Amino acid sequence: MRAADALCEALKGEGVEHVFGIPGGANLPTYDALYDAELIHIQARHEQGAGHAAEGYAKASGRVGVAFATSGPGATNLVTAIADAMMDSVPTVFITGQVRTELIGTDGFQEADVTGITLPIVKHSFLVTDPRQIPEYIHEAFHIASTGRPGPVLVDVPQDLSRADIEYEPAEGPPDLPGYKPPTEGNIKQIRIAAKALANARRPVIYAGGGVINAGASQELIDFVASDKLPVTLTVMGLGAFPAPHDQWLGMLGMHGTRTANYAMDNADLILAVGARFDDRITGKLSEFAPRAKFVHIDIDPAEISKNVPAHIPIVGDARDVLPKLTREYRALKADGSRLDDWWRQIRAWQDEHPLGYEDSTDSEIKPQFMIEAMYEATEGEAIITSDVGQHQMWAAQYYHFSRPRQWINSGGLGTMGFGLPAAIGAKVARPDDAVVCLAGDGSLVMVCQELATAAVHEIPVKVFLMNNGYMGMVRQWQELFWEGRYSAVEMGPSPDWVKLAEAFGWTGLRCDDKRELKDSMRAALDSDGPVLLDVHVSKTENCYPMIPAGAAARDMVG
Amino acid sequence: MEAGTPDVVKLEDLEASRALTGRKHILSLTVENKPGVLARIAGLFSRRGFNIDTLAVGPTEDPDVSRITLTLDGAVHPIDQVTKQLHKLVNVIKIRDMEPDQTISREMALFRVQAAVESRAEIMQFAEIFRAKIVDVSRRSLTIEVTGTQDKVDAFERMIRAHGLIEMARTGEVAIGRSRPGQ
Repeated sequence: MRAADALCEALKGEGVEHVFGIPGGANLPTYDALYDAELIHIQARHEQGAGHAAEGYAKASGRVGVAFATSGPGATNLVTAIADAMMDSVPTVFITGQVRTELIGTDGFQEADVTGITLPIVKHSFLVTDPRQIPEYIHEAFHIASTGRPGPVLVDVPQDLSRADIEYEPAEGPPDLPGYKPPTEGNIKQIRIAAKALANARRPVIYAGGGVINAGASQELIDFVASDKLPVTLTVMGLGAFPAPHDQWLGMLGMHGTRTANYAMDNADLILAVGARFDDRITGKLSEFAPRAKFVHIDIDPAEISKNVPAHIPIVGDARDVLPKLTREYRALKADGSRLDDWWRQIRAWQDEHPLGYEDSTDSEIKPQFMIEAMYEATEGEAIITSDVGQHQMWAAQYYHFSRPRQWINSGGLGTMGFGLPAAIGAKVARPDDAVVCLAGDGSLVMVCQELATAAVHEIPVKVFLMNNGYMGMVRQWQELFWEGRYSAVEMGPSPDWVKLAEAFGWTGLRCDDKRELKDSMRAALDSDGPVLLDVHVSKTENCYPMIPAGAAARDMVG
Repeated sequence: MEAGTPDVVKLEDLEASRALTGRKHILSLTVENKPGVLARIAGLFSRRGFNIDTLAVGPTEDPDVSRITLTLDGAVHPIDQVTKQLHKLVNVIKIRDMEPDQTISREMALFRVQAAVESRAEIMQFAEIFRAKIVDVSRRSLTIEVTGTQDKVDAFERMIRAHGLIEMARTGEVAIGRSRPGQ
């Protein structure tokens, strides 16, 4: 069998149904094989779009997302998506064409050392040197991408090797990787110590992140915090892991989190972190982060534990294994729930004093927060929401009350503008029966607007709700607050005309600048069969609050 | 109550382990003998800001496995974090943070030293004290091979610098655990 055909067979063997990508010279054999293979290929319009679509697919479904690109510029165009998948632990396999073996190292046409370029931003990578390795490497790549802490794996296939003839045998069982043994079960002694510490804590906070979603441990988290009235906060990556409309929910924490969540962290005596990594957007000034707290840190990646904040009780393991055991151990202690009463009185006082809120307009002007609330109502809180990066992302995190895992798909770690549209395309392919809405920023969407063609041609009915304020809003906000209002290169100007652009790509284009019409416009977009872009003109200079200024402590939130 | 866990865990008694150990560490890694492994390790060190003091790479008894011996300053780097990051590399099979008193470590070094007739005898005497070997001789210089722990090679280097060190090549330490009784 031709190695390229074996590659497609190997992908099918891993359960792959959809691939996102773009052909070119070096991956022509793979695309020739694709011609006959029973794989659905979604032809993106830029490799970055293919990469983010694969991420959106993976984040929406929990399955491994796959993207193809050719050598050289095709492969380098994938780099942003690969880095994004690394930062947010997204199970993805990227398969790039490489120049013919005899050209490697000669600066051949469309040659780039993509394994070298991506070395710091992959979980692992393979450069094929023998065609017989191809099925084996595919099998290993899927195993590595999807187990332990998930992440991106790159397989670089020289053109000549993918044309070679090999014997293909489907891979079975887990691959033999002597250096790769991801932990699963948490140490029961450590879990018992954590349970006992929690039983003595008077001001505990459960701080959970995207790892809970990756582990499929949302229900386990809900069960655990029901053991007593334990307060819960989530990172931007964790939203949906715990239902936002919940009595024990403090809101998101971190730079644009709620005051309640950040003050609770600041005053906690025990912080139990699960699947979260104490990123600087969470801690603010590290030396002043949660100064009164002891830390239990549960993570499947041992290197995350004590990386930024030293853990007092480290527990390495899969949240889905650890949380039920912790629940059992904690409940067996029959701790006195009333010890938390004072803490809850304090939390309720913060909640009453500092609710999330904004000053709504008195005329037809659409405030960005109002737009998110309208979106929540128009979608009945049920849509999968993807977003770009910036103010709109933070407002969505604050005002769209995510109630289930994999409902909120955004670029949290790398902070990639332009992530939202291709991710929505991938999410819709993975979950065709769900409404998928990309909440876009105007600065972000223009970076990937070519992917409007992908959705139109492949008839993928995603909706884009564009929060159009005419600025790269978050940068403008920082220039206003921290750079003396010296607005440098943040205005987007009058171009493009989004309705015309949408129509040019074969989408339905709608516009709304009156808040009384907004919900109806959104419903019209959602009810329409095809892809729709709704250009929503919002207040131009609204700032996203509250906020921990960069490098400040949580207790010094502003706004 | 289960063995190993106290009945009550008081929060005030909990301590986080210290990140910095303050001493030199020798990490002995076994890695798959595959292309790019050294680049992955070197890349990890540079992007995480870890400084390697010495690095030695060579074969092991198994042709599919290589050994990489690294020395690092535990006063500057959180060794625990370094080893955990190294463990994430798929091609790294095993990492041993060598216990100083359970470890035999050696480094080899070559020194070319200025050796005029009047100082030659003294240099040769030094060499003898350090059990070093003279491996090359010319009219104006001697080349000396020294083997020993890093401290011993350091000491020899200090001594010989005073005589006019022309050139030096050191391998960095390699290490192996001491056999236990009965092994």
